[in-house]
Amino acid sequence: MFWNSFSVDPEKMERYLDIAQSSLQPLLEGAVVYTLPLSLISFILGLALAVLTALARISTVKPFQWIARFYVSAIRGTPLLVQLFILFYGLGSVGIVIDPFPAAVIGFSLNVGAYASEVIRAAILSIPKGQWEAAHMIGMSYSQTLKRVILPQATRVSIPPLSNTFISLVKDTSLASLILVTEMFRRAQEIAATNYEVLLLYTEVAIIYWIICFFLSLIQGRLEHRFDRYVSR
Amino acid sequence: MISINGLHKQFGDLEVLKGIDLQINKGEVIVVIGPSGSGKTTLLRCLNILEVPTSGSITIDDQTADFSKSLPKRSIDLFRKKSAMVFQHYNLFPHMTAIQNVMEGPVIVKKLSKAEARKKAEQLLIKVGLGDKLDFYPHQLSGGQQQRVGIARALALEPKVMLFDEPTSALDPELVGEVLQVMKDLAGEGITMVVVTHEMRFANDVADEVIFMDQGKIIERSKPVDMFTNPKEERTKQFLNLLQ
Ligand SMILES: Nc1ncnc2c1ncn2[C@@H]1O[C@H](COP(=O)(O)OP(=O)(O)OP(=O)(O)O)[C@@H](O)[C@H]1O
Ligand SMILES: [Mg+2]
Repeated sequence: MFWNSFSVDPEKMERYLDIAQSSLQPLLEGAVVYTLPLSLISFILGLALAVLTALARISTVKPFQWIARFYVSAIRGTPLLVQLFILFYGLGSVGIVIDPFPAAVIGFSLNVGAYASEVIRAAILSIPKGQWEAAHMIGMSYSQTLKRVILPQATRVSIPPLSNTFISLVKDTSLASLILVTEMFRRAQEIAATNYEVLLLYTEVAIIYWIICFFLSLIQGRLEHRFDRYVSR
Repeated sequence: MISINGLHKQFGDLEVLKGIDLQINKGEVIVVIGPSGSGKTTLLRCLNILEVPTSGSITIDDQTADFSKSLPKRSIDLFRKKSAMVFQHYNLFPHMTAIQNVMEGPVIVKKLSKAEARKKAEQLLIKVGLGDKLDFYPHQLSGGQQQRVGIARALALEPKVMLFDEPTSALDPELVGEVLQVMKDLAGEGITMVVVTHEMRFANDVADEVIFMDQGKIIERSKPVDMFTNPKEERTKQFLNLLQ
């Protein structure tokens, strides 16, 4: 076993350290070039989609509501991995060829859009009616009210659940390895295939995900703190 | 200044305003009293079209809104500019400081420059006695101070009519006086005001006329002295007796 031999055999231990060290660079490269950009781009696009979807859900125009409900239902009701396979292999098989990275961006954005829309909808609905009325009273239009009054307050409420969404997304991007995006986890698989140190490589990659997510939690804490200045504690 | 004609408001099957007719002259302070559920808030909200009346018409200054027709958005906007409302629960924007709350209307809606709006907002906040609280967030202010910001925010819109919906009823008793004093000062400046309140002292001292509403109708309208010492209608008597 890996852990037993770890303490026993100094020669083996050296080999492990070697592998861990030499694999660090390609793994981090995978993180910096694919995992993080994929997460960030998908999250930003997904958020935009989520706001639109949330607004459609609370709008009084029935068709908007229907489209939004259908979209959220379809995304939440099917596995992310299946969605990625449809986008990449499925569409590819009928001649609509999308490169791995853009296919992954589309898949993850659609996913974030659906899940985050529920968060944002709830946040918008949690703002007291009096805020809409005060805004209308001073003469603001619907879009001005949203932009200046409702969304800033809804943002504060949404930070913890949206941070959750983002952290989940970072980890979910490992699924992109299955549609040939050479992100961090795929790099780990590739390296493991050459030296057979599967446990070592996958543990190493797990720790890197953990460290990334740890820093994201720190950022979340800071954001919460910043937005809390206008509420009493 | 204000002319309300045959105003009706219905929520589903519930008729809340059953034909309100009311004329108010420029500079008058009108206090509206009446039992809970009589439609006082609804009447004020109709004046600012926060609630769209079912039928009837309202004229404020040179703007008329006829609710038997459907109103285009633009005329609602124009009509709404004529009045400004002070809410029972203040409804300040919690993510903006006192001065930002007051500037918001002038900057975003009236398109005043920030510098100009800030100067004006500062003057208004000084006027309501909050010159030293410009950069405080609402949660850092007492209820009475928040309500005075609410009044400054409404004044910043330069409305023809100020509407007050029980502006002191959410306040601790010791904070009521400071808000009423600000309102008294405004009345002294000749601003037209419609005030829903249970503060009978205020009504007595400041109102030009008092209106008693019950079950969606105006039952009686008279000078405060007459209303409080010698009400004509039986229902008014009953209501005033209950208050004592
Ligand atoms: N949005 C609404 N939907 C349905 N019914 C409503 C709505 N707003 C008010 N009502 C009803 O209209 C009636 C009059 O309400 P309104 O708030 O105007 O009374 P009020 O005279 O201001 O009472 P109070 O002194 O308690 O504030 C009440 O029966 C109330 O339940
Ligand atoms: Mg009321």
